[in-house]
Amino acid sequence: MTPDPAGPPGPSLRTEALEELLVERGLVDRAVLDGFVRTYEQDVGPLNGATVVARAWTDPGYRAWLLYDGTAAIASLGFTGPQGEHMVVLEQTADVHHVVVCTLCSCYPWPVLGLPPSWYKDPAYRARVVREPRTVLAEMGLDVPRERRIEVWDSSAEVRYLTLPRRPAGTAGLPAEELAALVTRDAIVGVAEVAAR
Amino acid sequence: MSITTDTTGPGAPPRANGELVFAAPWEGRAFGMAVALAESGRITWDEFRERLIARISVDPARAYYACWLAVLEEVLVGAGRIGDGEVGTRATRLAGRAAGHDHAPPHPSAERAG
Repeated sequence: MTPDPAGPPGPSLRTEALEELLVERGLVDRAVLDGFVRTYEQDVGPLNGATVVARAWTDPGYRAWLLYDGTAAIASLGFTGPQGEHMVVLEQTADVHHVVVCTLCSCYPWPVLGLPPSWYKDPAYRARVVREPRTVLAEMGLDVPRERRIEVWDSSAEVRYLTLPRRPAGTAGLPAEELAALVTRDAIVGVAEVAAR
Repeated sequence: MSITTDTTGPGAPPRANGELVFAAPWEGRAFGMAVALAESGRITWDEFRERLIARISVDPARAYYACWLAVLEEVLVGAGRIGDGEVGTRATRLAGRAAGHDHAPPHPSAERAG
């Protein structure tokens, strides 16, 4: 972007100027700043999927419907749209851990999870999570104990999978809105667990 | 994390299905600076948020992050962290850099994608 020499500096330059001043004065650490930007861009939300999960955790009737007919139960909350025509929800249990991949491309339930993160589209994830899921999950920070079976689900244009994560201990009595704030995209894809704050 | 941005109402940042949407890298930087300063206690999140809502209400047509940046500067000047007019002076100096150096720092998401 070429600034107009006659006009006042635009917001991009003002932001850069402010950042320089704050870093020079030790008020902001650039690495910390990078981390916040990354976190909020990539890891916060997606709210729709989190809302679905929190509802299932607090409403047994909805939970049963969601696991029986995910597309309809999700649509009932107003989350419909392209790439969400046929969604299947898999329940995480003490015995089985589900993880979702699209081995061919990056099929992903857009209406609930937004656009897929970059690692989901990565050829290494797509190939390796099928061959060695326990290792890949461990590399991503999720240790699945040996006694818990891992099932890998391959999303396609016809069927898009998502998981219903396990509700973390210590969250009894929390309202659905607060529960939704705990649910991450990664947990719904099955590469993380939901943690209590 | 103790900082929670509004998800609804006049002070809520633009989102698409819960993900924050930054139209340009500077918006992400401006956002991150406010969050970092609030996390470290150098600005008060509630005060920032209230001023942001007030700013948007007087000029609803203005772009969300333009309001955000203006309020952030205002709060920092008010707290004595930066001088009045200092950002403008520095920005003008940055604008005068030699060609090829007039870009903002790389966007973190661009780094990760690469």
